[in-house]
Amino acid sequence: MTTATTAEGSQAAHHGPAPGLSRWLFTTNHKDIGTLYLVFSLSLFMVGGVMALLIRAELFQPGLQLVQPEFFNQMTTMHGLIMVFGAVMPAFVGLANWQVPLMIGAPDMALPRLNNWSFWILPFAFALMISTLFMEGGAPNFGWTFYAPLSTTYAPPSVTYFIFAVHMMGISSIMGAINIIATILNMRAPGMTLMKMPLFVWNWLITAFLLIAVMPVLAGVVTMMLLDVHFGTSFFNAAGGGDPVLFQHIFWFFGHPEVYIMILPAFGIISQIIPTFARKRVFGYASMVYATAAIAVLSFIVWAHHMFTVGLPLVGELFFMFTTMLIAVPTGVKIFNWVATLFRGSMTFETPMLFALAFVVLFTIGGFSGLMLAIAPADFQYHDTYFVVAHFHYVLVPGAIFSIIAATYYWLPKWTGRMYNETMGKVHFWLSFIGVNLTFFPMHFIGLAGMPRRIPDYALQFADFNMVASLGAFLFGFSQLLLIYNIVRCVRDGRGAPARPWDGAEGLEWELPSPAPYHTHQTPPRVD
Amino acid sequence: MKPVHGGLLFLAAGASPPLLAAWEVNLPIGVTAISRSVHDLHMLIFWVCVAIGVVLFGIMGWALVRHRKSKGFKPHKFHEHPGLEVLWTLIPAAILVFMAIPSAATLIEMYDRDEGDLTVRITGYQWKWRYTYLDEEIDFFSNLSTPQNQINNLTEKGDNYLLEVDRPLVIPAGKKVRFLLTANDVIHSWWVPALAVKKDAIPGFINEAWTRVDEPGIYRGQCTELCGRLHGFMPVVVEVKPEAEYQQWVAATRAEAEAAKSAAQAKDWTLAELMARGETVYQQSCSACHQAGGEGVPNVFPALKGSAVVTGPIAEHIEVVAFGKTNTAMQAFADQLGAVDLAAVITYERNAWGNDSGDRVTPAQINQALGKE
Repeated sequence: MTTATTAEGSQAAHHGPAPGLSRWLFTTNHKDIGTLYLVFSLSLFMVGGVMALLIRAELFQPGLQLVQPEFFNQMTTMHGLIMVFGAVMPAFVGLANWQVPLMIGAPDMALPRLNNWSFWILPFAFALMISTLFMEGGAPNFGWTFYAPLSTTYAPPSVTYFIFAVHMMGISSIMGAINIIATILNMRAPGMTLMKMPLFVWNWLITAFLLIAVMPVLAGVVTMMLLDVHFGTSFFNAAGGGDPVLFQHIFWFFGHPEVYIMILPAFGIISQIIPTFARKRVFGYASMVYATAAIAVLSFIVWAHHMFTVGLPLVGELFFMFTTMLIAVPTGVKIFNWVATLFRGSMTFETPMLFALAFVVLFTIGGFSGLMLAIAPADFQYHDTYFVVAHFHYVLVPGAIFSIIAATYYWLPKWTGRMYNETMGKVHFWLSFIGVNLTFFPMHFIGLAGMPRRIPDYALQFADFNMVASLGAFLFGFSQLLLIYNIVRCVRDGRGAPARPWDGAEGLEWELPSPAPYHTHQTPPRVD
Repeated sequence: MKPVHGGLLFLAAGASPPLLAAWEVNLPIGVTAISRSVHDLHMLIFWVCVAIGVVLFGIMGWALVRHRKSKGFKPHKFHEHPGLEVLWTLIPAAILVFMAIPSAATLIEMYDRDEGDLTVRITGYQWKWRYTYLDEEIDFFSNLSTPQNQINNLTEKGDNYLLEVDRPLVIPAGKKVRFLLTANDVIHSWWVPALAVKKDAIPGFINEAWTRVDEPGIYRGQCTELCGRLHGFMPVVVEVKPEAEYQQWVAATRAEAEAAKSAAQAKDWTLAELMARGETVYQQSCSACHQAGGEGVPNVFPALKGSAVVTGPIAEHIEVVAFGKTNTAMQAFADQLGAVDLAAVITYERNAWGNDSGDRVTPAQINQALGKE
């Protein structure tokens, strides 16, 4: 990409990118900012991945071998925080930055300077967060869900840095979401009505509303923690009239919509890729939109299913059990629609399609375990065991992460003007597919057998499957180096890509040349 | 956590049941009526998922094999079918209603508020459980008994590695036992898979759960809510005894506690005796945070070696150990340790690791400080 854009920049000095580092620091261009987000996300994916491998290495065998429990807890906490806020969310924002203007026929994002700021907050937020690892007392060690009072009264001093880092990420996310909504609602090409928007755009629009609704709630709950830690309040301390469970209610009121913030854009990506490689229009466009909206609405009334064991009243348990089960309905609609899209299509299996198909199957498996977890009496057995770990990794790794990888392979030719190596892409897919299942499928078994999550050492009957999971994790982790290598090779010396590298691809982005010029859609296209 | 005490503690939790098959893939059925209904629900929802999966992946697989461009398959044009879409909205909804009914029934049974035959208060501490029998005047702590050497891979691990304690919870078979759960510091969660009881123990609040186990035996579980450093090292062990044996146990436990109490108080403790006992208590109750050599963990757990409190006035030292420090991880040990153990551990801290004050703190002094005499 660098070579392509500099060549172009010299021709149009006034309209091309600024030279050197200032291009990246001061850019207001949606493509540059998209690239920054994606590179940032990939870097933190590697950092969080190394932490995951440390965890799996310690869990390879029973007994304490590599790390002490204190550090193990810091690893599980930082792994979760980095993957959620540093890898998955910025990747989706990066994809939105690149693709939303291209797909709706807009020249850029609606608020370009805000866009620059949204991104540049993130490196500072994560520098602050990761620096806690080197502080006395260590990094946050209370899990990515940071339940009080473990995260307040009993927290290491670095909790304050953690709180400010979360505030900064929240500001970044809210600004990014405002920008996406403003762009989608105001800058669509003439003729592109809401119900003609690509599904990726629709899903991101709904996700952005979720972000605006819940990120302030997260900011609120960490502020309450800050007050409890430093200013003598007792929001979460029963001794002062507070309630530790209040923390969980507020956290999960943010946390459950957050789960959908990490999966709705993925649904959008899959709804772009599957029709392309099935050479058939997406089945049930309207019901796809309504299903996404229904999931978003329901996500606000299911939060306490994360808290079935805290001693909710019976009526509360029943309510949250029923609403949670309801979510399976719109989610099912989406999955059935994807399968109906595939059915009687004319399929080919390029790398993005392989990842998308794996997404459909493995996300569904994650959905099944989610349905099992919704059954409150059974959840008493599953809660806080490896069954839950298996469940959310199935929806996040072969779910969210696979969709991001699929999107990267899918749009890379448009971004760089070059093709990635297809064979290497397929090898990457198969290694990832095998690795991810070897890692996370056995976790269902050890969870059902009774192994709690977040423990550095375990009883002997869990040993065999833990070993399998650890081997799988290393396979999956190291396979991702192929992705990085493939991207670098593609950017540097991939063969040239045509404007429409996938013959079944439809949408405004494919009408543009590859690579997409630095400024696109300066005259809005007409959509009929 | 238990210190390095060789193999002595191996035997502590009684005879061990055979190891679970290591490649076990399913939820165990358990030993209570509730655990059996939970298992039934688990299997029902599992088979529902399997059935949906077979149909869904079957159709998908068929399409993947047949509808390929490489086989010259031409794409069809259909992209909507209201009837079909309504159908696959309604069928899952119907399945969910079908699932919701038995789930609600089991849940209602679990929420039975009947007082039962016996009430045990379960209190979570970092990182041990305390069992208080409300009507029996029995009250004790239950600590992990796996030796540190096994955890550090220096000796071979026992069959019940990490799932064994010094004193298990003992309950009678066939009786409805009510548990009242709370915690002293952070949130813990008390779980015994075979009983299908998992409930959070929350500081400042009381939760309720119950069980009725018909089959005598030893059932093991763990804390399931992240509660800090040694979260992975606070197992739950429940020993279910036939009613007669349970009554014997109650009588014996009470008598033992009485005897130990009077014997300890009558005795005149020498410095050496207090030091020896203090070291044991320290390793058991203090070393998890303050570390075996009293060096603490910088910025998290203060060092006791050369500390101002430990080398300062005795009264203040007793105050901190007995009543804890508000808003820190320092617990109140007045209830956890008797006067003798408190005297011993305070004496030990004041003389170990070069603190060498020569102070001898007696159980009488402790009782006086606690206002018990």
